[in-house]
Order: sequence, then C-alpha cells, then structure tokens
Amino acid sequence: MNAQVRRLFFVLVGLFVALIVMTTYWLWKAPDLEARQGNPQLIVQQLTIDRGSIFASGGKTAFARNRKVEKKQLGRTWYLRTYPTRELAARPVGYSTIERSRTGLEESLNDYLTGSNANLDTLFNNTLDKLRGITQRGNDVITSIDAGAQKTAQDALAGHCGAAVALDPKTGRVLVWASQPTYNPNLVEGHFNQIQADAAGAPCEPPAPLLDRVSQGLFIPGSTFKVVTAAAALDSGKITPSTTFNDPGYCIEYGKKVFNFADQSGPEVFGTVTFAQALEHSINAVFCDVGKELGARAVLDQAKKFGFYEKPPVELPSDEISVSGLYRNGRPYDPSDPNAVDPGRLAFGQERLQVTPLQMALVAAAVANDGKIMEPTLVDRIVDPDGKVIRTTDPDTWKEAMKPQTAAELTAMMTAVVQSGTGAAAQIPGVQVAGKTGTAETGRTGENDTWFIAFAPAQNPEVAVAVALSNQSGTGGATAAPIAKEIIEALLR
Amino acid sequence: MTLRNRELVNLLLVGLLTAAGFTAVYIARSDVVSAGSLSYAAFFLALFVAAHVILRFALPNADPFLLPLGGLLTAVGLTLIYRIDPDLALRQGLWVVVGLAAFALLVLFVRDYRALDRYKYVLGLTAIFLLALPAVPGLGRTINGANLWVGFGGLVFQPGEFAKVLLVIFLAGYLRDNRELLSMGTGRFGMPSLKHFGPLLVIWGGAMLVLFQTNDLGGGLLYFSIFLAMLWVATARWQYVAVGLGLFAVGAYALYHVTPHVRERVSIWLDCSWGFSQACPVYDQGYQLAQSIYAISGGGFFGQGLGRGVLLTAEGNTYIPYLETDFIYAAVVQELGLAGAAGLVLLYLVFCYRGFKIALQAADGFSKLLASGLTAALGIQAFIIMGGVSGLIPLTGITLPFVSYGGSSIVANFIILALLLMVSDRVNRERT
Repeated sequence: MNAQVRRLFFVLVGLFVALIVMTTYWLWKAPDLEARQGNPQLIVQQLTIDRGSIFASGGKTAFARNRKVEKKQLGRTWYLRTYPTRELAARPVGYSTIERSRTGLEESLNDYLTGSNANLDTLFNNTLDKLRGITQRGNDVITSIDAGAQKTAQDALAGHCGAAVALDPKTGRVLVWASQPTYNPNLVEGHFNQIQADAAGAPCEPPAPLLDRVSQGLFIPGSTFKVVTAAAALDSGKITPSTTFNDPGYCIEYGKKVFNFADQSGPEVFGTVTFAQALEHSINAVFCDVGKELGARAVLDQAKKFGFYEKPPVELPSDEISVSGLYRNGRPYDPSDPNAVDPGRLAFGQERLQVTPLQMALVAAAVANDGKIMEPTLVDRIVDPDGKVIRTTDPDTWKEAMKPQTAAELTAMMTAVVQSGTGAAAQIPGVQVAGKTGTAETGRTGENDTWFIAFAPAQNPEVAVAVALSNQSGTGGATAAPIAKEIIEALLR
Repeated sequence: MTLRNRELVNLLLVGLLTAAGFTAVYIARSDVVSAGSLSYAAFFLALFVAAHVILRFALPNADPFLLPLGGLLTAVGLTLIYRIDPDLALRQGLWVVVGLAAFALLVLFVRDYRALDRYKYVLGLTAIFLLALPAVPGLGRTINGANLWVGFGGLVFQPGEFAKVLLVIFLAGYLRDNRELLSMGTGRFGMPSLKHFGPLLVIWGGAMLVLFQTNDLGGGLLYFSIFLAMLWVATARWQYVAVGLGLFAVGAYALYHVTPHVRERVSIWLDCSWGFSQACPVYDQGYQLAQSIYAISGGGFFGQGLGRGVLLTAEGNTYIPYLETDFIYAAVVQELGLAGAAGLVLLYLVFCYRGFKIALQAADGFSKLLASGLTAALGIQAFIIMGGVSGLIPLTGITLPFVSYGGSSIVANFIILALLLMVSDRVNRERT
C-alpha cells in the first residue's frame, strides 16, 4: 500500500502545481482583465486618487470635480466624482464611475487626471507623495469649451434629437460640443435607469441619451455635402463659380427623373443658372449633373481630403468617434469600383452617405481657413496640482482640403447662401455669415435630417459651426440655421 | 527536543504570525477596527496552547506539525474573515472553540480509534443518512443553488462535512477487510467478481443518488475522488481508477443533462475561464466567477496587502458573493498575492505530507487507510475549491478546509485533525 500512498501524494503535488500555474496565468492576464466590464480592481484603486478637475475654457467653471468621501467601513478616503454643471458638458466630458467605468475626456485623459501619466514632473510628485504617505493627486484639465455658448447650444437643441459643434477654424479649438437628448452625469452611478427615463420624451427612437451625437451620431448630410462636391468641382479647374448650367427641375439618373427637392429657395425650375447660384439655391439638378461630370471617384477623393473615412484626431476615446462616408450594412464602405455608386445622388449628399456633425464642422472650417483643416482639440492645457502647466495644445494642420483660391470662391458662394439663398435665417446684423443648408430625405415625412453648416465673420472667420437635427418636418434653413445663428452670436459677443 | 516541545515552538511561531496578520489588518483599517482586535491573536494562541497541553497528556507521541499547521490555516482564515467582516470573525472564533472542544473530546475519550472499525457499517449508513438529510422536506435549506444545509431553528449546518469523515472511516474498515479479494483478478478482464465489488457499488450508487438530489457537484466530485483514492491505495489496481473515472464521466454527463444548475456552471466555466472570452456573462450568471478572477488577477506578486485589497463595495458588501466561505482563496490572492497563494498551497502540501507519512509508517491496514483517506479528503477538497475559484475546473461550492468561514466545516476539520493525531500517536508509540 505504501507505494500507492506515495503516488497519491505526488498526484496531489501535481494538482497543486496546476493550481499555482493557473493563478500565475491570471496575474499575467491582469493588464487585459483590468479593462474588462465590471472589473472594480483598477477603478476602486483609482478612486483613492484625488482625481484632477475638468474646467471650461478660462478655468473658472468646473465641469467635473471631486467630492471627498470618508467611508468608515472601507477604511480609506474615497474621492467620488461630481459634475457641478450637470447636463451642460455631459459631452464631451463624459463620466467616471465605479459601476459603468468611464467615457469621454474622463476616459481618454484618465492618465493625466489620475496623475499616472509618464510625464517626469508628475512621476516625481507621485513618488514623493507615496513616500510621504499622502494621497496621490491628479492633474487638472482646462478645456477649450466656452461655457456660455455651450449653454446656448444645449438650450437651443433642447426638445430635438441632434447635435451642434463649433470650433475656431484657425486653431481647431472646439468651442461648443452639444448633443441632445442628454443626461445628467451625476446619475450614472446608482441611478442609471433614471437617465433612460428622463430621455424617454425625446423625438427619436431610441433616445440614446448617452450617445455623443457630435462625434458618434451619423446623419445623412444632404445638401451640406454640396460644399464638398463644389470644392471638387472648383479644384478640378473644369468648373468656376460663373460656369452656367441649365436646371430643368430634375436630373436624369439611369433614365429616371430625379426631381429637385423643396428646400431650395425660389421657383421649382430655375432654367439657366451659374454654379454659384446653384449652391445659393441648393439646386439638386445642377449638382447631379456636376457629380456625373466629375464622377463618383473624384467626389469621394475630395471627401477624403476633408477627412472622411478617418476619425478626426480629437482627444476622445477612439470608440466614441465615428467615421463619415458611404455606409453599407452599418459599416463604412469605400467602393473600389466607382460605378457601384450613383455620382448624381452622391453629389447632393444622398446615396447612403452618413456623416457626423464634427466632420461637417470641419468641412466648414476648411473653407473658412483657406482650405486647411486644423486638428480639432478639446484640451487647452493640463496643469499639475502645484499649478505648473505640463501640457499645452499647439495648433496643428490636419488636412489640406482644397486650394486657397477654391476656399475663397466657396466663401463668396456660401456668403450668398445666407444673404439671399436658403440660409437667410442665419443672418446676423453687422456680421457676414457664410453657410450652407441641408435637408436630407429619409423617405418618410417628418423624419428628415436637417443641417446648417456655417462660419463667421466671412472675411476673417473666428467660428465654424455645424448643427444637425434628426426627425424634422421643416427644412435645414428653417430648423437648423436659427440654432447655428444663436451659437455664432453667443461666441462672437 | 521532544515531539511536544517541538509542537509548542511551532505553535508560538504560528501565534507570532497570527499577531502580525491581525496587526496588519488593524493598521490598514484602524478607523473600522478597534485595538481590541489584537486580543484575537492572544485568544487564538491560548486556545491552541490548551489543545497542545491536552495532547501532552493524551497523545504525547503524535506528530508535532499537524496541530500548528491546522492552527496556521485557521489563523489565515480568521484574519481574512476578520478583514471582511469583524462580526463574522467573532462567530468563526466561536466555531473554532467548538471545533477544538470536539477535538479534545475525541482525543481524551476515544481510547483506541481502531474500535471505530467495529462500527463501520453503522457509520457508513449514518453517512448516507446525513447526506440525505437536506432532502427531507422542512429540514433542508437551499443556499446558492445547492440543497446542502439542514436547519434546526436558527442553527444551520452542513451534514455533508461530517458524512465525509464517516465515509472515510467506513471505507478504511471495509477496504481493509476486502482488499485481498479486491486485488485478485478473479473475474473477466482481470476484474474481481461482482460479489466482492457489490457492496462498494451500492454505497457509490447511493451516494451518487443523494448527490443528484442535493445538486451538490462539489461534494460528488470530492466523495468520489476520496473513494477512488482509497480504493487505489488498498488494491494497487489502476484498473479500478480507470473504471471509476469512466463511471464518474458517465455520471457527470448524466448530471450535466439532467440538472440546469450543473449545465450553467459548466458553460460559465467554459466561457469565463481560460482566456476569459467576451461571451462570459460578467453581469449575470458569470458574475461570481468573473469577480473572483478579477480579484485574483489584481493581486499581483505580493498582493494589495492585508486590509488594502479591493474586496468591499462602497456599501460594505463583498464584490464576490460568498467571499468568506467558498471564495476565500480569491481574497487570499487579492491581499497576499501569488506569494501568499503559493504559501497557502504549500501549507496544505506539508499537511498532506505529514498525513501521508503517518499512513506510510502505520503498521495495520485500517490505520494506513484511515490516515491516507483523511489526508486525501482534506487535500482533494482544498484543490477542488481553489481550482474552482481560480477557474481551473468548473466551480463547485465546498469549503476550503480550516480557512473558509463555516461552523460545520471547522468542526469537521478539527475531527480529521484529531483522528490523524490519534493514528500518529499509536504509530510513533509502536515504533519506539
């Protein structure tokens, strides 16, 4: 029997070794598991860090700050997050919670906010803090968001499903980042169901209050896309603003008549018009012909020069940014065969195009900034707990979308849109506004995507803006343009 | 140095470690825990020194390592339970007192453990009776999907823990009587005839039926492993192990198809363990295992430190349900790290080493089988639950010997400890 007893012991040794191997395996997997859903490990450890605050531009209004909580039975000080401005900057700030992890800037800047960034200064401070046994403090983030204009935008969007974004075309600094329906970030921890209930009345299904419609929301661009088509046309040299076209009220696509849409201002059939007038009155028939002349490939290539099919490099988590472009089966689709795409419908912004408000604001910004798109940025600077600036954002060019000459011509054309065309509702006394309306048909009445993209002042632009609304029965000029006007006024004031 | 003096030195070392553990918890959670917590270590040491004094009189020749090992394992458990919930630790402390009382009664009043051999059938039937108790309507309590508990008024106990000890005693007696017949290849394929195999099959079948009824997969695996291990030790016939494993596979497969509880456990294990796929239902049925794996992976090499780990939510509940009982291994790894886990496993291995050593030196077959069976029971039980909690094998609900919170478990383990020491005393007395 003794031999068996010895073997039995070795079997047990083998089993226990396997157990330790398994335990070691989980240790090795730890970096992978830390990010997994419902894992409190890293989050709770980070709750003991005095996380940095997130401020509006200027550093006075705090969008997010810490509330110190002494939890007796936990035996340590916890810093829980609170959002003093509630819904105001729910996007792009996001939230940082135990139950639902993090989103928005809270997620993408987590290393800075918790002071675990590799910056030498921060590293030195943390080591010192640890040696002294005091709480690790994070860095403060000062964003470029203008708190006043942000409020104007959120209020103007209230009751709609849509988004508005405004940025400085010369630097890329984002000034307004608004999305509705929204949510109160203070409710994410513990009252998550309340958020869904609060948004239940929104005119879209599902209301998706947590969706960042600025960078994630996909809308059909409609006639705002004519700016892209026009840039392709003018850049090609084949067409100038004064090139004339004949508008019969429809264009022929695959042998069928596609009639002009009712959002154009003026008669239903314009007859002979210049290219500039076609943009001013948003005449589909003309753009349909221009699209067919240029071909789908040229229009899509121009779109790529504006940044379509790429995620704009704004400081948000990559999974909270959608790309703009043609979509098929819910995924971006870049056809290798240009004949697979209808160039006429593409040219006036239909044909399965899906774009984000952020992308369309960048289109307006490109025209405003002599054809150059600056990298959009939400962060102005990051300051360590002692007040020392550890990171500042410098303006950087992202894309060269078109020739300066083309940008100048488009500026004139878009100014006419507001002065005497479809965008008259965005007129501001004493300020020249350049813009373009959009009303995209979804095929169902009362469910149009409406748009207005603009920049002002036209000759020395300080603001570029995009407003997108879904499920509208009116036109872009009637629904979106007044909101864009309010935002521009708030920013130029 | 005499055996008992060596034991005393070991116990004092355990006492020092215990004091260090409680001090660490006290420092980490000083605002929750009072300085009175330090008296735990003194109280604990006094209890085990009392047990040691009893051994000096009753079993002077017993192994000097087993009692300190049991003490250290109990201290690890008590410290962690204390860190999770001081009130629970107080109750666990009371159970340790009850366990040591049972230990003392056995050691003092059972003059010769070999007399148990005479009652083996009575004990075997009692074991079956105990296992069936939770199935009795009005008496059984279902906790976490398994009906393992029996309630009398406010008191709830787990008869399976005691049935385990009785089954080992029965098997030791029965196999000693029949081992020669069982080891002879009298039937076809070198197998013994059904006549000799019959009673064993009946016991096995009965135990399995009871387990179907109670839904307790962990118990089933444990009892059956003990049975196979002892049968193998007694007969040295690997054919038994092969046939037994086959039988178990059939039983497990049937159980998998019959009980949704078992099916769910297996599918969670497949999804959440090994690679931890996205299919793991981390918020639903897989929550417990997922949280356990998170806690283990977050431990690192040396752990977060006693009292500093992420075990409690902001409301003071545990992230892992049943952390203080079945899942205490996850708490060990979280707070003491891989080093602590390896230390704990090493403690069990040394315990098993001493237990098997007693079996090796025992002169008679009953003592050999009893010592190896009790040791195997403890080692296998520790492996099944630690393996389940770490995702190595499907999760089943049994306790970690000496460490987990639970009265039945603590008392049963001290009975095992007493029996092993009694065998050891006789072995060493006969050798000198």
